[in-house]
Amino acid sequence: MATEHAGNVQQALTPSGYIEHHLAFNAQSLGEGAFWTLHVDTFVMSVALGLIVMGLVWLVARKATSGVPTKGQAFVELVFGFIDDQVKNIFHGNRHAFIAPTALTVFLWVLVLNSMDFLPVDWVAGIVAFFGGHHATWRAVPTSDINTTFALALAVWLLMLFFSIKVKGLFGWIHELFAAPFGTPKLFVPKSVMGFIGLIASPLLFLANFAFNLIEYISKPLSHALRLFGNMYAGEVIFLLLGMWAASGVAWILPSAILGAGWSIFHILIVALQAFIFMMLTVVYLAMAHESH
Amino acid sequence: MNINFTLIAQALAFATLIWFTVKFVWPPLLKAIETRQKDIADGLAAAADGRNALEAAAKKSEVTLAEAKQKASEIIAQAEKRGTQIIEEAKGNAKVEGDRIIAGAKAEIEQEVNRAKEGLRAQVSTLAIAGAEKILRKEIDAKAHSELLAKLAAEL
Repeated sequence: MATEHAGNVQQALTPSGYIEHHLAFNAQSLGEGAFWTLHVDTFVMSVALGLIVMGLVWLVARKATSGVPTKGQAFVELVFGFIDDQVKNIFHGNRHAFIAPTALTVFLWVLVLNSMDFLPVDWVAGIVAFFGGHHATWRAVPTSDINTTFALALAVWLLMLFFSIKVKGLFGWIHELFAAPFGTPKLFVPKSVMGFIGLIASPLLFLANFAFNLIEYISKPLSHALRLFGNMYAGEVIFLLLGMWAASGVAWILPSAILGAGWSIFHILIVALQAFIFMMLTVVYLAMAHESH
Repeated sequence: MNINFTLIAQALAFATLIWFTVKFVWPPLLKAIETRQKDIADGLAAAADGRNALEAAAKKSEVTLAEAKQKASEIIAQAEKRGTQIIEEAKGNAKVEGDRIIAGAKAEIEQEVNRAKEGLRAQVSTLAIAGAEKILRKEIDAKAHSELLAKLAAEL
């Protein structure tokens, strides 16, 4: 055990050791089996950031005045108006009851979670090493943990099912599973050729509709979660590669710093864009759940 | 790529955040913004009303001014008419008066003429008598004719 420990310390100086160290979660086992593990870093970061950002917005909203707003309120209202406009264009119902606030939560939360990518990875590691020892690992970007993106995507997916059933009724929803998007033939037209064809074709159409809907219901959360995860994970890996490059020799510090700055600036776009896309998809999925075919 | 309990924990955090936003963050912001929108809309409507009222007042004052002008010109025209009427009347009166004075004068003149004629007639008869006397005095004896003359005088 002691030799292995020493080997790890030695390995931390190699490129693969560096990347492995930065991509390892601070995992705590809660029980038997691999599933009962909690990524403390992901959870603490996301909850803390969620509390901070929504708390700040709440502090402003609590004292919101309809008169001349303070600069803080004006900024929050800017975000509010931006989200509200987006939702208004997609969802034509009472958006203020649930969907618009949800969109605001998703956008702001994902935005701050993504923004953790701007923290220099080695500074985070240094701080964590100061408190937790040399082997403590800490992933600062919760959205580069697939658990986070799937948690959000599956929550949206469940909301989608909930609203589908709530709006159309359980039987309406089941009917739609088999009847949309290809429709159903006119079944009971006696003594007509088309009616006969419809009778033959209907089970096939039911199957096709159901298969189509099944694929849609599976692909929605997958693409929703993996798009965000992929972008943020890739962004983090590029920062790690640049950091590794800087560590490979004194001469490489300056070019890697320049490239790191460039990638950071470009990453601002990705961070904001991915948060926006994630929010828009959330709104689109929830709006689609409200629509009957 | 290890799915584990973190997913459930994150989903619960997400649900809590959504609940918090739906309950505490969104409504006050919406209320403030909608109230302000309403205030602004009301203000704009009031401004538009004011503008309309101003326009109406300007139009009304224009109409009143035009009416006043028309009335003034009417009054002036009427006064002019009245003036000419008075002048005409005065002219007529003067003419009548003049005619009357002329007629009076004419009558007086005629009277004078008549009186002169009468006088003259009397004087002519006196002269005739005086002439005749002179003639008769030469030819006729006064005594002889005194009887006659006395008779004549008695007849006169």
